[in-house]
Amino acid sequence: MQWDWSAVADFMPRFWDGVLVTLQALVLGSLIAFALGLVWAIAQRSALKAVRWPVTVITEFVRNTPLLVQLFFLYFVLPEWNITFSALTTGIVGLGLHYSTYTAEVYRAGIDGVPVGQWEACTALNMPRGRTWTAVVLPQAIRRVVPALGNYVIAMLKDSPMIATIGALELLGQARQFSAVTFQPTEPITVVGIAFILIAYPASLLMRALERRLVR
Amino acid sequence: MSAENTTPNDHANPAVDGSELIRFDKVTKRFGDNVVLDNLCFDVASGKHVTLIGPSGSGKTTILRLLMTLVKPDEGTIKVAGDYLTHEEKGGRLVPAGERHVREVRKSIGMVFQQFNLFPNMKVLRNITEAPVHVLGMGKDEAEERARELLELVGLTDQMDKHPSQLSGGQQQRVAIARALAMRPQVLLLDEVTSALDPELVAGVLDVLRDIAHTTDITMLCVTHEMGFARDISDDVLMFDEGRVIESGAPEKIFSEPEHDRTREFLSAVL
Repeated sequence: MQWDWSAVADFMPRFWDGVLVTLQALVLGSLIAFALGLVWAIAQRSALKAVRWPVTVITEFVRNTPLLVQLFFLYFVLPEWNITFSALTTGIVGLGLHYSTYTAEVYRAGIDGVPVGQWEACTALNMPRGRTWTAVVLPQAIRRVVPALGNYVIAMLKDSPMIATIGALELLGQARQFSAVTFQPTEPITVVGIAFILIAYPASLLMRALERRLVR
Repeated sequence: MSAENTTPNDHANPAVDGSELIRFDKVTKRFGDNVVLDNLCFDVASGKHVTLIGPSGSGKTTILRLLMTLVKPDEGTIKVAGDYLTHEEKGGRLVPAGERHVREVRKSIGMVFQQFNLFPNMKVLRNITEAPVHVLGMGKDEAEERARELLELVGLTDQMDKHPSQLSGGQQQRVAIARALAMRPQVLLLDEVTSALDPELVAGVLDVLRDIAHTTDITMLCVTHEMGFARDISDDVLMFDEGRVIESGAPEKIFSEPEHDRTREFLSAVL
């Protein structure tokens, strides 16, 4: 096996396109997963059955079906109802939606971990429901779950190559296309593997720094 | 003030001048098969300090939790300053109260908990100003000014920039008292406020409460095992057993010459 530096150089333009797509998917997908997961978690504590039930059904369904099936559904089936997004947008939404069902569980654990006395103190101070959530419960709950949320960011990064299957060419997708044309898989796939580490490791350091700041 | 759980025939001697601030009317509360409060009727007149004593599990704390709307009565009604607490009148009928009604009536009640329940994510000052600013709509400066006065009252002015976790239990409880007072309640509920404290910290908290009892006209309902404190501040003492008031009266009477065997038995165990 020969290592060909010129193949690495030839791959670079596609590589940077791939980096851009992977980072977009990771950052935007994480933001969706964090925000939507919080919505699921709070909705599941609603006093109304009509809110709790659909949310439970949706999150259980999404969590227990493969991400790949969801991506295909969003990209190939939704257009049947004239709902069409670009491959990248679909990929970001798919990743975010899928992981939101996991972050929802993380938030739920964090919310359950807030002592019941905190809720009671809010009642005793006559605080409205919304203020109880935003000023007291969520700040305490989220602080506890930052490490667990961080793990899902890394997991999402590792699942991100799936969006290449619907044509959003992230790092691995670019590498495969490149090698399909040049018949040189070694260099691009090695470079991509290293790139994943270079993204994942700083990301986990960042989460750890955040954790240190939040968890006292 | 009157207390009896006897007949369903209402109050044998209601406060004639209509000054009762709190009125329990045939209130029953069960947890599963366990009847915690049994058809309970009692009134508390405005400005009075009432201490609830009795063995654990006798329903004292449940009374405070009912008043704070932390639990709901299974039967009966509770009135605060003439308004139903957990019910409202709609079309001449009594129906379970909506959130808005409950919040309106609950405004006049404050509570201090056994476990303090300060907000650990906020500094001491913000613990006290949070609700006045966001519930009463008080300006931030005014709320902080008032919080400083209250911290002075409880002797903790120098601690206001700390987090609750940096304070001792006794200090935390004094902050919790200041936090409750910041909402200017008419009624203050004290739920075994010294039970979670190290013995040497109890006196500081009780001194603050004595001070409040003697210098304000706030109505107090107090569940405590500190009989000396109860004797100092109470206008009335209610002795509970198995969800009923078995004896009530002035502290001198209850503590010195209780009528009921059960009361004597209980007092000899705790005094």
